[in-house]
Amino acid sequence: MSNPMPTPVLQARGLVKHFGHVVALDGADFELYPGEILAVIGDNGAGKSTLIKALSGALIPDEGTIYLNGTLVRFHNPLDARRMGIETVYQDLAVAPALNIMENIFLGREIRRSGVLGSLFRMLDKKQMMNDTVRYMADLKIGIQSMSQPVGTLSGGQRQGVAVARSAAFAKNVVIMDEPTAALGVKESRMVVELIRQVRERGLPVILISHNMPLVFELADRIHIQRLGRRVAVITPDEYSMADAVAIMTGAKEAEPQLAS
Amino acid sequence: MSDALVHDRSQSGWERIRRNITHFLSLPGVGPTLALLIASIFFATQTDKFLTGRNLSLVVQQVIVVGTLAVGQTLVILTAGIDLSNGMVMALGSVIMTSLAVEFGVPPAIAIIIGLLITTAFGLLNGSLVALVKLPPFIVTLGTLNIAYAVTRIYRTTTISNLPPAITFLGNTFTVGETAITYGSVVMIVVYLVAWFVLRETSWGRHVYAVGDNPEATRLAGISTTRLLISVYGIAGFIYGIAGLLLVARTQVGDPQAGQTANLDSITAVVLGGTSLFGGRGSVLGTLIGALIVGVFRNGLQLMGIPSMYQVLVTGILVILAVSVDQLSHRGQA
Ligand SMILES: Nc1ncnc2c1ncn2[C@@H]1O[C@H](COP(=O)(O)OP(=O)(O)O)[C@@H](O)[C@H]1O
Ligand SMILES: [Mg+2]
Repeated sequence: MSNPMPTPVLQARGLVKHFGHVVALDGADFELYPGEILAVIGDNGAGKSTLIKALSGALIPDEGTIYLNGTLVRFHNPLDARRMGIETVYQDLAVAPALNIMENIFLGREIRRSGVLGSLFRMLDKKQMMNDTVRYMADLKIGIQSMSQPVGTLSGGQRQGVAVARSAAFAKNVVIMDEPTAALGVKESRMVVELIRQVRERGLPVILISHNMPLVFELADRIHIQRLGRRVAVITPDEYSMADAVAIMTGAKEAEPQLAS
Repeated sequence: MSDALVHDRSQSGWERIRRNITHFLSLPGVGPTLALLIASIFFATQTDKFLTGRNLSLVVQQVIVVGTLAVGQTLVILTAGIDLSNGMVMALGSVIMTSLAVEFGVPPAIAIIIGLLITTAFGLLNGSLVALVKLPPFIVTLGTLNIAYAVTRIYRTTTISNLPPAITFLGNTFTVGETAITYGSVVMIVVYLVAWFVLRETSWGRHVYAVGDNPEATRLAGISTTRLLISVYGIAGFIYGIAGLLLVARTQVGDPQAGQTANLDSITAVVLGGTSLFGGRGSVLGTLIGALIVGVFRNGLQLMGIPSMYQVLVTGILVILAVSVDQLSHRGQA
């Protein structure tokens, strides 16, 4: 970590967010570098979700700045962030169970037919969307037979796969995943680990919010530790143990000063 | 990943056949179509008069108005809403159209357009209250039901007759073989086909399903659910105006008392057609079948000489059956 770092893909400085008299973010900093998996951990109420919401446009911070590839950006809603290539897999996945896989992947970004069928009659190009869907799912090695299956008929892990495939397909810069294994069993969690690796292999950096320490230590390149609304440390899995991480998280231990910028 | 597939292979032949049959029956529209076929066969065996071109054309005539209203109702129910106001809004539209044309000398075309604008405005009002003020659709449309009813009755209490032919032209017929078909039935079919196409083939249509299925996911996908809902109710209002024009063509009068049970009848057609009251699932062609089921039962029982209260009874039972199926299948999915 001593060699000069490249420009962060996503960076935040001094984020502050109040909810009434609760201070959810108290001058939080954040960096995500190209191609990495950055885990964000912290106790309940440490401000992880609030941080992630600020970075994905789901809420507007009271103070502080956000930079995307070095450029100052302001997100007013999730669509702003999405337009800039930041995709979020929400904890509850935000899929429509009655719609099929293809329709979920392209929800809000449907492809229209070319020519007059598309421009005048507004017809969707289902064939194109179906082909793309098959490719997105294959890219992440998600083996689901039929893309015209309603998402409601899939298992929890498969649904997660659809949500991740959607994000990976459209994210140009960042994929954010909020507690991707919280609702899954052991076997399905393994599948999600693979998915996250696949996303990184495609060159996209991933922000992973998780309570699952073994998962975090297995996957993350760096770990951002959030406490009382601030980043108190950034550690790497090889230099610190899980016990250290938990100790820093709860304030029982201070991190090495060099990394807590 | 392929749990479902592994499962399939381990099943015995019978099990697979049973599953395929269950799957076929659960496809949208299959259940309602079978019900319609069985009812038709039953009535055909009970009375010779049922299966004649003239009688079937009559059945269609009888379902035109409710059938058209039910298209708007389907759009609203797909968004997980409900529209109780549609019958009254239709009545208001038809009274305005006929009154302007007969009593104020407004050219029929203009009178029709004004009527359509008013029903559309009611739809937009419903949609705005649902989407912007976030009131439950049931309450909103219960309110606008009363408003539309009161406005109609304050405006007039008596029937408007002696309508100019230009306003009743949809009641005119053309013949195919021996059977006379009204232009009105053609209009209804066209409304169905357009709605079917738009719901299946356009983004707007898919968003209608999505918002009824999971509004939060739809919003997070960057779709303005507010605008979407307002447009759905507005278009439904426009369709109620068309139903008003069909009503006028069929009855040849403008009737301030019309449409009082049309809201429940249209909901019946939608539900019998297999569209889920929970939103997000269903099809407008199912609704057409649903409207025809109601029409066939009424007509068939009538031909058999069974008193009309029994027809209402049967319709009530059918609705409860259909809603039970919806509830059970929804529980299975969630
Ligand atoms: N919408 C909100 N309204 C009021 N308080 C909130 C809201 N969101 C978060 N908070 C508060 O802000 C603090 C940080 O919450 P959060 O970011 O959800 O923490 P974490 O995700 O780390 O558990 C908590 O005290 C929480 O109660
Ligand atoms: Mg949280």
